[in-house]
Amino acid sequence: MSTTTIDNKPVVPEEIKSFTVTLIIRRFNPEVDDEPHWQDFDVQLYPTDRVLDALHKIKWEQDGSLTFRRSCAHGICGSDAMRINGRNRLACKTLMKDLDVTKPIYVEAIKGLPLEKDLIVDMEPFFDSFRAVQPFLMNSVTPVKGKERIQTVAQRARFDDTTKCILCAACTSSCPVFWTDGQYFGPAAIVNAHRFIFDSRDENAAVRLDILNDKEGVWRCRTTFNCTDACPRGIQVTQAIAEVKQAIMRGKA
Amino acid sequence: MTSTIEAPRSPRTPKGPYGRSTKKSGVNWEKWGWIYMRVSGVVLVVLIFGHLFVNLMIGEGVSALNFAFVAGKLTNPFWMVWDIIMLWLALIHGGNGMRTLVNDYATSRISRGILKVAILVSVVALIVLGTLVVFTFDPCPAGAPADLVASFCKSL
Repeated sequence: MSTTTIDNKPVVPEEIKSFTVTLIIRRFNPEVDDEPHWQDFDVQLYPTDRVLDALHKIKWEQDGSLTFRRSCAHGICGSDAMRINGRNRLACKTLMKDLDVTKPIYVEAIKGLPLEKDLIVDMEPFFDSFRAVQPFLMNSVTPVKGKERIQTVAQRARFDDTTKCILCAACTSSCPVFWTDGQYFGPAAIVNAHRFIFDSRDENAAVRLDILNDKEGVWRCRTTFNCTDACPRGIQVTQAIAEVKQAIMRGKA
Repeated sequence: MTSTIEAPRSPRTPKGPYGRSTKKSGVNWEKWGWIYMRVSGVVLVVLIFGHLFVNLMIGEGVSALNFAFVAGKLTNPFWMVWDIIMLWLALIHGGNGMRTLVNDYATSRISRGILKVAILVSVVALIVLGTLVVFTFDPCPAGAPADLVASFCKSL
């Protein structure tokens, strides 16, 4: 009795090729170094890997002292904004296949904020600007018990774009005005002011417009669009700033 | 030894709440400066391209440019007004733009002060000289050879 031989071979999925990528990272150890310096690492990666995966591989397999922030690793927490090949990006949203891996990938901390260690900067000046625009709902009327504050779809859509901000500081630290002028509010603070200025439920638009009508407020913006390019959430940052300028000139939101 | 590297910064004004200045002056010059730049920019596009078109493209083109051509234009009230508006708008526009650059990139209070005064002095000097020329210009200087001055000088 003959057995039927299985002539069709098991389907082997086509092997996805990995490749060696060189990352050049700007290192700074405050306990040893006076100046930051560049250090290169070779990592074996797949096209679907992200810059964050490369950093993990370095930290876990090559140099445990590499220091960077990351939390959710999925583009929501806003912890891992860094300068990748000269552009502010989230490390967890930048895929290898979107970069030119034949050349080294340069990774450094975001600019314009005090450098603390490797890829970590002091975010306090950034959050100070954010706090200064009073980014919370201000309304003196209490809604009827058990009811919400009603808003039409159009009213909600008016500020929808600026609700997407995750405070990663990619925009503010890409702004050439912010690099040299630490007093400038920066795009992120203006975006978060915009979110409440144009909210129909909020009553204090005039206060925020007055805050941003400062010498170091929206007029500092030079419309270079660096912020719009840097935003990992695709917020039209420069447009939001322009809308705030318009609102200040008209005296109302 | 623990240290952080401060971000390079232009001089800061004294800190108020949230690390920013509390000083508020009556007139917001940054706002009016910004509006001025936008408005004068739009007007200057028309004035400068009109100026270039009339001087360089109409008629004989660039070869028509000589003392007589300019003198002829400066006797015409229309071109006097055109040139004087262009002069004032462009110089203040340029001066304000330079001031912005100094604010951004001058790192010490002293260099910033010197550069801003230099800009102000040059803008004022150029405006005064330009205005003087437009209003006191003599298109037919006495004793000038006839082939170098405007054609209407003969009839004077």
